[in-house]
Amino acid sequence: MWNELEPVIFDLSSPGRTAYTLPEIDVPLSPVPDGYVRDELNLPEVSELQFVRHYTHLSQKNFSIDTVFYPLGSCTMKYNPKVNERAAAIEGLTQVHPLQPESAAQGSLELMFKLQEALKEISGFSAVSLQPAAGAHGEFAGVLVMRAYHQSRGDEKRTKVLIPDSAHGTNPATSAMSGFSVVQIPSDERGNVDLQALRSACDETVAGLMLTNPNTLGLFEEHVLEVCETVHACGGLMYGDGANLNALLGIARPGDLGFDVMHFNLHKTFTTPHGGGGPGSGPVGVGEKLAAFLPGPIVVKESDFYKLEMPEKSIGRLKAFYGNYGMFIRAYTYIRMMGPDGLRAVSENAVLNANYLKAKVSKHFALAVERTCMHEFVVHGDIPGTDVHALDVSKRLIDYGQHPPTNYFPLIVHDALMIEPTETENKEALDAFAQALIAIREEAISSPELLHSAPHNTPVTRLDEVKAVRNPVLCYKG
Amino acid sequence: MPYIPVTEQDQREMLTEIGIHSVADLFEDVPVQHRFPDIKLPKAVSEIEVLDELYGMALKNSSTGCFATFLGAGAYNHFVPSAIPYLATRGEFLTAYTPYQPEVSQGTLQAIFEYQSMVAELTRMPVVNASHYDGATSMAEAAIMALNVANGKRHKIIIAPFVHPQYRQTLRTYLPGKQVTIVGDENPQASLSDLKAMVDSDTACLIIQNPTFFGDLLDVSNLAEAIHQAGALLIVVATPIMSLGLLTPPGEYGADIVVAEGQPLGGGMNFGGPYLGIFATREQLIRKMPGRLVGETTDTNGRRGYVLTLSTREQHIRREKATSNICTNQGLMALMAAMYLAYMGKQGMRQVAELCYHKAHYTAARIGQLAEYQVLNSGVFFNEFIVQCPRPVSEINQELLKKGILGGYDLEQDYPERKNQMLVCVTELNSQPQIDRFVEALLALQGV
Repeated sequence: MWNELEPVIFDLSSPGRTAYTLPEIDVPLSPVPDGYVRDELNLPEVSELQFVRHYTHLSQKNFSIDTVFYPLGSCTMKYNPKVNERAAAIEGLTQVHPLQPESAAQGSLELMFKLQEALKEISGFSAVSLQPAAGAHGEFAGVLVMRAYHQSRGDEKRTKVLIPDSAHGTNPATSAMSGFSVVQIPSDERGNVDLQALRSACDETVAGLMLTNPNTLGLFEEHVLEVCETVHACGGLMYGDGANLNALLGIARPGDLGFDVMHFNLHKTFTTPHGGGGPGSGPVGVGEKLAAFLPGPIVVKESDFYKLEMPEKSIGRLKAFYGNYGMFIRAYTYIRMMGPDGLRAVSENAVLNANYLKAKVSKHFALAVERTCMHEFVVHGDIPGTDVHALDVSKRLIDYGQHPPTNYFPLIVHDALMIEPTETENKEALDAFAQALIAIREEAISSPELLHSAPHNTPVTRLDEVKAVRNPVLCYKG
Repeated sequence: MPYIPVTEQDQREMLTEIGIHSVADLFEDVPVQHRFPDIKLPKAVSEIEVLDELYGMALKNSSTGCFATFLGAGAYNHFVPSAIPYLATRGEFLTAYTPYQPEVSQGTLQAIFEYQSMVAELTRMPVVNASHYDGATSMAEAAIMALNVANGKRHKIIIAPFVHPQYRQTLRTYLPGKQVTIVGDENPQASLSDLKAMVDSDTACLIIQNPTFFGDLLDVSNLAEAIHQAGALLIVVATPIMSLGLLTPPGEYGADIVVAEGQPLGGGMNFGGPYLGIFATREQLIRKMPGRLVGETTDTNGRRGYVLTLSTREQHIRREKATSNICTNQGLMALMAAMYLAYMGKQGMRQVAELCYHKAHYTAARIGQLAEYQVLNSGVFFNEFIVQCPRPVSEINQELLKKGILGGYDLEQDYPERKNQMLVCVTELNSQPQIDRFVEALLALQGV
């Protein structure tokens, strides 16, 4: 890592210095009327070499999948194949204006159509809209579709969405944004939805249940068929949060299990890079009865012509244009490279890796729930008899060159460490991570201060987050 | 199998460690009748074959790289300097996650802090986030924020008919959960003063686009004062963002929230995404704002560093009480926009904007000389303008395509009364010979 302090780009600036070149103006000038022109624009003035070093240094202050093991639970930080980037840089695919005539964009539309079809087949749904730009955006699409479906039937009293207590924060936030109130459903001691609690919550005011399966404990819902039946019996719909789909490719199709609607995370399951938090891509799939409500436009094929079409009773458009197409190219490339057998091998190995690592780690850290896990598992990260917590273990892992797992989530597990190794890591990498955790556990007893003050070999040590809130500095002040 | 490194030997050892006999044993929780479905997809191909397939698809597109492009309307054909993709696709940026562990994410965090700082200068607004998907969703979230600022006591959103049609459609999709009415754009002719007159004590915000969707620059003098007097917020869509290289930024005429499409700043057109929703506001409104914010602080040794901050507004903390469900920070796109602003710098941003302005005016003047075409913008415009054509725009565009020209946007699609009206966009990528070729092609389509 680059541990030197890197100046803010404004501090590298010198008046008159430039990096850019532009053609000379080749048309007559037209005066800009008074009153419309801004006075000044104080952007940096740097040379191209300064610029390149600056951003190279910044990049070297990051952990990334390309540099270290990154077992961030529920984020599916698996390897991002480089062919994806080459594909997504093909000029004939990228230099395409979203509003150019369909006849001049048949290649891009064909790719989108084929991706829609592939996602339908993988998930067991009958229609897919690629428009949502991220997982939370896909959730929003899905919940709005549920709402529109109930309203189309004159069923106006469904005001509640049920959400298990292990769910991601986006689920309740999305439901609220869509005008629903949220009812939290507890988990049972095996990490499943508490069926008894679910049954008593289900009535004619329930729009649906949002279920992540496998859930954020990394566990497959053991009563998934009963859960779907129970919700359907009261007239509700089953929303699937596809965050953890990496466990299910070729293993089970959510549409077959009884889900009515689900969003995909192309940036998790289908190897589009996370980019420091975005752009993602969150297509939404639905069963037959919800297809007419999908956001659009979506791509349809008529004879051999691909065109954009708004579904009949669409909830509308969720953004300008058609979705994060750059991510579609990558996801499509990946699906073609893997094929159906490869996709099943993805999930088999993701689950194998997780269970292997669980077997090693659980000898030293207590499991949240003792069960065969799917693609991830959760342990308690505190060390009994010491004042070492999940945060300290996480920070110390950094000194061992490992990215920490997701910590303090799910909220129902105290000191949670949520570990998702993914299928792209080899056994040696898993062994090294387990070894690091074991060593840290010993350090927690012999020299806990090492953990409390960790990390030590990073560009900065622990940062004062309270100061950042009390006295917000959100842009460069010179 | 590509990307999966587990060998048969590894698998045997791992199964032993787990204490099971086969991989299939791991899936016993999956209902047996649905376990291991047959997935009917084409079999796997090699890297050579997949690239071949994609090159084939690319040939079925008319790429703007080979065409003279006069199409804008929310997605803009600007040059991306070579150094930007070269650096932005470094694995350390590309394959990192949201910077939850700040000690090992200072690269992403400082880059976003610099993005916030440069966009603050560009818009002259003090607080900028880096979370939104595109200009349309940014605007919809701004409207929701205005409703939240009013604590649910104001129920009206006024939006100008000259805001991008797809932004207005997106807004309507976003709001079914709210007790609110959206007015203003039911009259396609409504002027800024008509809209201003509609602002009342039930109005949460007025949303305008400046330059407008039709390219016009608005007279915004005394606008914000009038809105604020009624207790409402002024939301300005600053699309196309490149206009701010030259023109008065919304922060200087009293905007409360500024949103824009950030794609022109170093992002390609990519058939509509991924793009970047610029979102900026005033300090007083921070706690109502959606999205991720990066703040400067110090570490235990007193060194400068950056963290995600003020996150008690957000979904992972507040759940159903959050200001938005947004989880993304549009990191890579914000990084590219920051790089663009830094690379072009103080002088370059001004020059790009001037090139767009002068070339657009040259194009408009040339087209205005054609007998059967008329430029309809009466006031000042930036780099887009409306041309009244002698024939349907879709027909003209099909003819232009044959000559390697991507014509402008057909306004009749969204404004039925605007028959045969084309929204033309000109950028620094349109050379004079290209413009002349476009004008000659239009000329050739007269009287046919």
